[in-house]
Amino acid sequence: MALIYTDFFHYPKWVEYGILTTVPLARQVLANTDLYKNSVPDLGGSVAAAAFYDLEGTLVSTNLVHTLAFYAKNQPGLLSSLRKSTRTLLSLPVFAATDQYSRKVFNDLFFKSYKGQTEDRMRFFAKELFETILKPAIFPGAYELIEKARSLGLRQVVVTGALDLSVKPLVDHLGITDYVANHLEFVNGVATGRLLPPVLAAATKASWIRQFAEREGINLSDSYAYSDSMSDLPMLSVVGHPAAVNPDMRLRQAALHHDWPILNLK
Amino acid sequence: MALQLRRKTHESVIYIDRDSAPRIMPSGEDFILEDLPIGTRVLYPNPPLKGLPNREAAIRYALNHPHGCDPLFAQLEPGMKVTIAVDDISLPLPPMATPDIRQTILEIVLDMLAGHGVDDVHIIIANSLHRKMTPWEMKRMVGARIYDEFYPDRYYNHDAEWSDGMIKIGETRHKEPLNLNRRAAESDLLIYANINLVPMDGGHKSVAVGLCDYVSLRAHHEPQTIRDSDSYMDPARSELNNKCVRLGKLVDEHVNVFHIETAINNRMYKGDMDFLLKNEDDFTAFDRMKFEAMRYAMSKLPRQARRKLLHSRPAQYEMTACHAGKTDPVHEKIIAKGFEQYAIPVRGQCDILITGIPDISPYNVYSILNPLLVQVMALGYHFNFYRNKPLLKKGGVLIVQHPCYDEFDHNFHPSYIEFFNRLLPETRDSFVLREKYEQEFANNPSYVEMYRRGNAYHGAHPFFMWYWGENGRQHVGKVIVAGAENAHVPAMLGWERADNLTEAIAMARSYMGNSAEITMLHQPMIGIADME
Repeated sequence: MALIYTDFFHYPKWVEYGILTTVPLARQVLANTDLYKNSVPDLGGSVAAAAFYDLEGTLVSTNLVHTLAFYAKNQPGLLSSLRKSTRTLLSLPVFAATDQYSRKVFNDLFFKSYKGQTEDRMRFFAKELFETILKPAIFPGAYELIEKARSLGLRQVVVTGALDLSVKPLVDHLGITDYVANHLEFVNGVATGRLLPPVLAAATKASWIRQFAEREGINLSDSYAYSDSMSDLPMLSVVGHPAAVNPDMRLRQAALHHDWPILNLK
Repeated sequence: MALQLRRKTHESVIYIDRDSAPRIMPSGEDFILEDLPIGTRVLYPNPPLKGLPNREAAIRYALNHPHGCDPLFAQLEPGMKVTIAVDDISLPLPPMATPDIRQTILEIVLDMLAGHGVDDVHIIIANSLHRKMTPWEMKRMVGARIYDEFYPDRYYNHDAEWSDGMIKIGETRHKEPLNLNRRAAESDLLIYANINLVPMDGGHKSVAVGLCDYVSLRAHHEPQTIRDSDSYMDPARSELNNKCVRLGKLVDEHVNVFHIETAINNRMYKGDMDFLLKNEDDFTAFDRMKFEAMRYAMSKLPRQARRKLLHSRPAQYEMTACHAGKTDPVHEKIIAKGFEQYAIPVRGQCDILITGIPDISPYNVYSILNPLLVQVMALGYHFNFYRNKPLLKKGGVLIVQHPCYDEFDHNFHPSYIEFFNRLLPETRDSFVLREKYEQEFANNPSYVEMYRRGNAYHGAHPFFMWYWGENGRQHVGKVIVAGAENAHVPAMLGWERADNLTEAIAMARSYMGNSAEITMLHQPMIGIADME
């Protein structure tokens, strides 16, 4: 872990690269947790290649807002639920605009909406979130795509900017053991509205994939990556077989420009 | 020899003399006028055979008077499971004017099935590893009535990558595996409705290829089989056909197949574009006017619009024969009828063969004729349109007229792009490509998914397209592309380029000698050079 921290999670380096603007407050927390160790299990073996998947919009039709809306609806008390839901609804145009501008700015803004929510409550509702929202939203083609990749012996890895709480049941359902997701910072069991760094988005996904590949002996030239969003262009660019899945307009244009396959899993 | 050659031997064989008019040549989406050297032999398509006056009656007669088995109605029992398989959009070319022959066959067969209490009926498009047809194309092919009743649950495309939807039939004595569409193979009766455009179509290839999977196809869609086919348009000398027949025998051991085959004439165009099939020396003033009008209108349009315009012109084919029953006797009769239409008696091979590549191929319907498809049309289809021996001498020069633009359809041909840009710079050796890369492409999850859920050709399909040109590639000494708008596409294909046909002929003569015999295939044509 220390090695990973010094090499990859060395925040001044991210600041220098312009990916982060400041050194996050919770770096000490991260340095002393095994969150990432759990999300990247050491499977051993001699797997030569992997398939990396973005999650929301790629394998499932939902996005971060659906998860937020679900938790907003399931607040302790009717008034609280109503207030949170209304705020979420009103924030949608802002979320959309910031997402177009910068995924990092979007994340900073978006995850503030979780401020004040308790960790136990969020964990308690994670199963229901999966059953009612996420499971029905899995694209029919996602099962086929994963199955085909698995049959080739490719290691299956989900790399997502969604919250670990919501991702775990989903990847379990899809039979994927390797995943990395964002983690909310909790202080005394209450969300601060910040993400534990490094925040997985855009270039950090690509960096994480490089690290993962180096550590697990995976040949990125033979690996595959799937995403729906232009913000994942770095992630798609580091593998030999990138593909745009249900892409937004900008990624579609990029995929056409680079002659990448464009999949429709709907 | 030359004087002997220049005697008029057949109405479809014309020799250019001092007074000959320039010839129309397709060059992708364009049509150009070219003066050919005196003495050039030009092969035209035969005049269309007369179509059957009442095709419904002909189909009914065929169903009631089959070859080698009981009439269709006598094979039907209430409650039985029946599957009807039909050819995909690669036949005929261009797509024919509605009603399509398949629609007519289906309407008659479905009425007969309903009349005999057969309700469990599925219609499967035997697209093999071709792209799946779009709902619009499927509706156009069978008509609104059948489409509305059967689509999508009982009228769908074959999916060669759906493992649960396939079943292992067995192996031939040559260890060629055969997996078939489960629904078709487990039916009490499999009816196959075919349209025979070229002699390679139909017969045992219909079921054994049209409804199989990649593993089965790999056994015969490979370079050695193509090299051993002389040509694959001549079933008697085609190793590809031999393998299909072996697989077909295996099919017949396990599946009750009732084959309906049809032959069509070669009336590709009628009315405003019929001049494309005529000898330019016989043009009327009206023909010349139509050509100039078309050329002017096309010159004002961007390439995409020209392409769309050409693809929107349905072919005016007419049915010339229909036979039904067991595959072998049916196919034998249809092939004979096909050669009656297509065979052009030709005496003497040529040193230089010229062919314009029109924007028509089985693999680019409503799409782009990308460089790999230009290759397959030149060294595959056009080169192989012969019987007995090649029209071009061994080591001769093939001149291709086409812009060779570097354009691909991302939806239909995604794996072609990677094949062209990644593999061809490394090697053009079919055997190396097959052993090193074919399975990687075939199993690429992205390509599999685009084939299954989109309208993409299978990941392995560009390999088959490359192998398809294998016997042509081995035979010709040189390929020159006239009118290529860039240098890199011909270079990637291993071809030379010339700015225009005159320059290409000069280059070819410098290679073959000034007395080289030149023959031109007047495209668009469907014809077989029946070599003496």
